[in-house]
Amino acid sequence: MSRIINNPDLVVEDMLEGFIKANSHIIATTENKRVLKYKNAPVEGKVGIVTGGGSGHKPAFIGYIGKNMCDAVAVGEIFSSPTAKSFYDAIREADSGKGVAVLYGNYAGDNMNVKMALRMAKAEGIQVKTVVANDDVASAPKNEREKRRGVAGEVLMWKIAAAKASTGAALDEVIAAAQKSIDNTCSVGIGTAPCTIPSVGHPNFQIEEGTMEVGIGHHGEPGVSVEPLKTASGAAKEMLDIILPDLPIENGDEVVVLLSGLGATPVMEQYIVYNEVESLLREKGIKVHRSYVGNYFTSLEMKGVTLTLLKLDEELKELVDMPAESVGLTQF
Amino acid sequence: MTFKNSNGLFIIKNLVKTIQDNKDYLSEIDGKIGDGDHGINMNKGFTLCGQKIEGRDYNMSKGFQVLGQTLLTDIGGSMGPLYGVFFDELATASEGYEDVDSLVFKNMITAACEAIQEIGNAKRGDKTLLDTLLPAIDAYNAAYNKGDDFKECLMAFQEEAKKGWQSTEDMIAKIGRASRLGERSRGVLDAGATSCYLIVNSIAESIMEML
Repeated sequence: MSRIINNPDLVVEDMLEGFIKANSHIIATTENKRVLKYKNAPVEGKVGIVTGGGSGHKPAFIGYIGKNMCDAVAVGEIFSSPTAKSFYDAIREADSGKGVAVLYGNYAGDNMNVKMALRMAKAEGIQVKTVVANDDVASAPKNEREKRRGVAGEVLMWKIAAAKASTGAALDEVIAAAQKSIDNTCSVGIGTAPCTIPSVGHPNFQIEEGTMEVGIGHHGEPGVSVEPLKTASGAAKEMLDIILPDLPIENGDEVVVLLSGLGATPVMEQYIVYNEVESLLREKGIKVHRSYVGNYFTSLEMKGVTLTLLKLDEELKELVDMPAESVGLTQF
Repeated sequence: MTFKNSNGLFIIKNLVKTIQDNKDYLSEIDGKIGDGDHGINMNKGFTLCGQKIEGRDYNMSKGFQVLGQTLLTDIGGSMGPLYGVFFDELATASEGYEDVDSLVFKNMITAACEAIQEIGNAKRGDKTLLDTLLPAIDAYNAAYNKGDDFKECLMAFQEEAKKGWQSTEDMIAKIGRASRLGERSRGVLDAGATSCYLIVNSIAESIMEML
């Protein structure tokens, strides 16, 4: 594995320094080196939006700090939850007095650290509520949705909750919007080559050349099947066959499509897959209201894509259409 | 049988060394069904604590407190909070006792284990560090209740911790990242149960040296 880095044990530190220098028009540092915030946070009269997670998913999570996006983000080691202290500090940095929504993904470490951060925030009298993203359809059956992991659907959850917050909505309304967003979101991933944590130095899972792992997680968690590699149209059909029946999403529905690369799959290929996804949706009478194609939520240099569909209603449509400015997602 | 709390920083110093010595072993075990970074993260936290206690005349309670707080504030993931509350409770439950006897230690490990269970939601048999800790505490309590001395209690604690740790090899992971592997998680020791055994064993060894 040829990497252009300095010290494999300090990739998070070095990345953060570069990220801060490159994005000072949006990002501000805090006392905690593992917490970054929107330069205008806390925004007066607005519910704070906080997230956090392990590193290695660029532009998630810090790339979604910005205007009408997240106010503060806690940063962990590669694929490892931020500390309780960092989540707590992010909550403090985001709180304007109107409360804070902590919107994060369903992983054991994040759940524990957020739980402890909530205790600290409560002791300080900060009002905090959480929504735990669990959009990865392949990670558990539908009747065990609470076990499902959070993946790229988190981006849409932040976008929507942050838009709601920027209307001046109260904490409960922001939480309700975030919950509705994630409840109507389904994702699935396909992996074609593994990734390596820099400090570990070798991949901790394998995907054989010429095969694809359907349902793979954002850290290489095993999927539901390993199959011979398909064409873009075959892969698109397979992913939609998993996602569409889950909610379900049917003829007449309107959706947001988020097709993200996992890190090493060229954006060109992502558009090829998107083309097939859109055609299949159109055939089924499902309308794409808005789409995002690109490296929105990656897993180091894993190869593959994730497909996320969000089923819209009028409120969600209005919120997802609201302008936003962040490193990872900007729309006018 | 007692030891002085004021002499007990020895326990924490040995813990730091134990984790440092086993850094690669822990990562290797974790790599079989996890990320392969358990040793790296544990070593980072314990080494940081080692630096903070270096040259200080802390007692055992203060040492455990520094270790717990270091894990909570500097090490994230799952192990930061789990071991963070564990050592924090060992500190709290021993605070104010000049002499640590078998009853004080019983209360320490009971409180520490409860804190882990409260934050982690794992059960016995889920293939986690609790599969090391719970049988070890049961054995300690059984020895204590039948009137064994502190040293005998600690030996029972150590012995069942080891058996519990080894029992994770035949378990299927029910919680955390490895739980997605189902049957494939069988046949491999759990990394958390392994570090927990090293910790429990080291604490018991250190105390026995002081008794």
